[in-house]
Amino acid sequence: MTQHRAALRLRLASSSSRHSSSTRPVTLFLPSSSSSSSPSSPLHLSAKRIIDYVLLGITGKDFVLMAASKAAMRGPTILKAEDDKTRQLNKHNLMIYSGEAGDTVQFAEYINANISLYSMRNDSELRPEAVANFVRSELARSLRSRNAYSVNLLLGGVDPISEKPHLYWMDYLASLAPVPYAAHGYAQYYCLSTLDKHHHPDITLEQGLKLLTMCTDELKRRLPIDYKGVLVKVVTKDGVKVLDFDNDRIVKSA
Amino acid sequence: MSSPFDINGGACVAMVGKDCVAIACDLRLGMQALTVSNNFPKLFNFGPSTFLGLTGLATDVSTVSDLFRYKVNMYRLREERNIAPQTLANLVSSSLYEKRFGPFFVSPVVAGVNYTTGKPFICGFDSIGCIDFAKDFIVSGTASEQLFGTCEGLWEPDMSPDDLFETISQALLSAVDRDALSGWGAQVYIIEKDKVTKRLLKGRQD
Repeated sequence: MTQHRAALRLRLASSSSRHSSSTRPVTLFLPSSSSSSSPSSPLHLSAKRIIDYVLLGITGKDFVLMAASKAAMRGPTILKAEDDKTRQLNKHNLMIYSGEAGDTVQFAEYINANISLYSMRNDSELRPEAVANFVRSELARSLRSRNAYSVNLLLGGVDPISEKPHLYWMDYLASLAPVPYAAHGYAQYYCLSTLDKHHHPDITLEQGLKLLTMCTDELKRRLPIDYKGVLVKVVTKDGVKVLDFDNDRIVKSA
Repeated sequence: MSSPFDINGGACVAMVGKDCVAIACDLRLGMQALTVSNNFPKLFNFGPSTFLGLTGLATDVSTVSDLFRYKVNMYRLREERNIAPQTLANLVSSSLYEKRFGPFFVSPVVAGVNYTTGKPFICGFDSIGCIDFAKDFIVSGTASEQLFGTCEGLWEPDMSPDDLFETISQALLSAVDRDALSGWGAQVYIIEKDKVTKRLLKGRQD
């Protein structure tokens, strides 16, 4: 917090000096590595206080599995063990998110409301690709504002017409990538190699759940923190469903 | 903290041949050393024979390509003709300079064949829109140093489209194999006056 305030003060100080001093030599902002966080560029490249939760997404033949950890943390303290970091945007689209406390829910709510508004106005649902690009454009706009949202997202959806699953990975910089499986936070380092080896585009839901269990087992084995298990949801052509997932499995340590 | 140009990684190169140009890019999207996606193309089409390549910060690659899609569509509606590569170059330059004191962290490359003169055209830019015209090749991205080496060694004047494809592909693949932040497959476009050939290169997947 102190650091944060100091940075803000620095920004305010330098912006006021920029306006007042016409006689002082002007230092032009050059996009070099050292000055990337300079006050003249409002782009927030350093994640302020992104708290790493576990977010996982796996596509299969006709579904997208999404899993988000249930712990709400602040520093080393777990504030809540049944936190829901998922948001259903419309019938066929689900978003899971992590990031700075406050930003996450604020941003999710904003996106949720606007996509609902679109559905009501146009009497049609946005397709996964459209949802992803809308969310990206909003996050990219916020990135160059004074107070950017620091939110990492996974967007999962099933196209109601082609019935094909879609999964989008997006970070707090609004880099968007369509992927067959994705993770955010520490899960990236522990699960992506498992998914690289075992994922197939046409797996069934049972196989997908087995794959997800492999991932959560690995997290239990290697993560020093307890993320309080995962909330698992699945998106299919029939909509979004919560799945029963056994979070009490005891995993043998390495 | 690392430079915003090197967070996501990526490489792009354009080359001139005889009555043709080629533009190629890699497909990696990463976060520092971690590869997130191997399906992130950095080449964008803005007319029958005009292409823009964008490397740098992935969010700005998307933002800038979306912005130019809008601008070029508006140009086409207003002028009732396609944009020439030279015009696109000037549009890119002025649009990037608009953001002089808070730039997009991208290094664009324009490649195309002018549809009225039939002459090939390539150029590159820095992130604030300074144009770098070239008669031979343009490189950009985290593998740009390696690309300078491979292009300098392989490029020769007046190559046929087939030779140009071979040259640009070898130049790009060799360069990205020496760069940890780019690679994971490549896309190559060979642009002739009334023909564009797109090829996907598998490349090393590590």
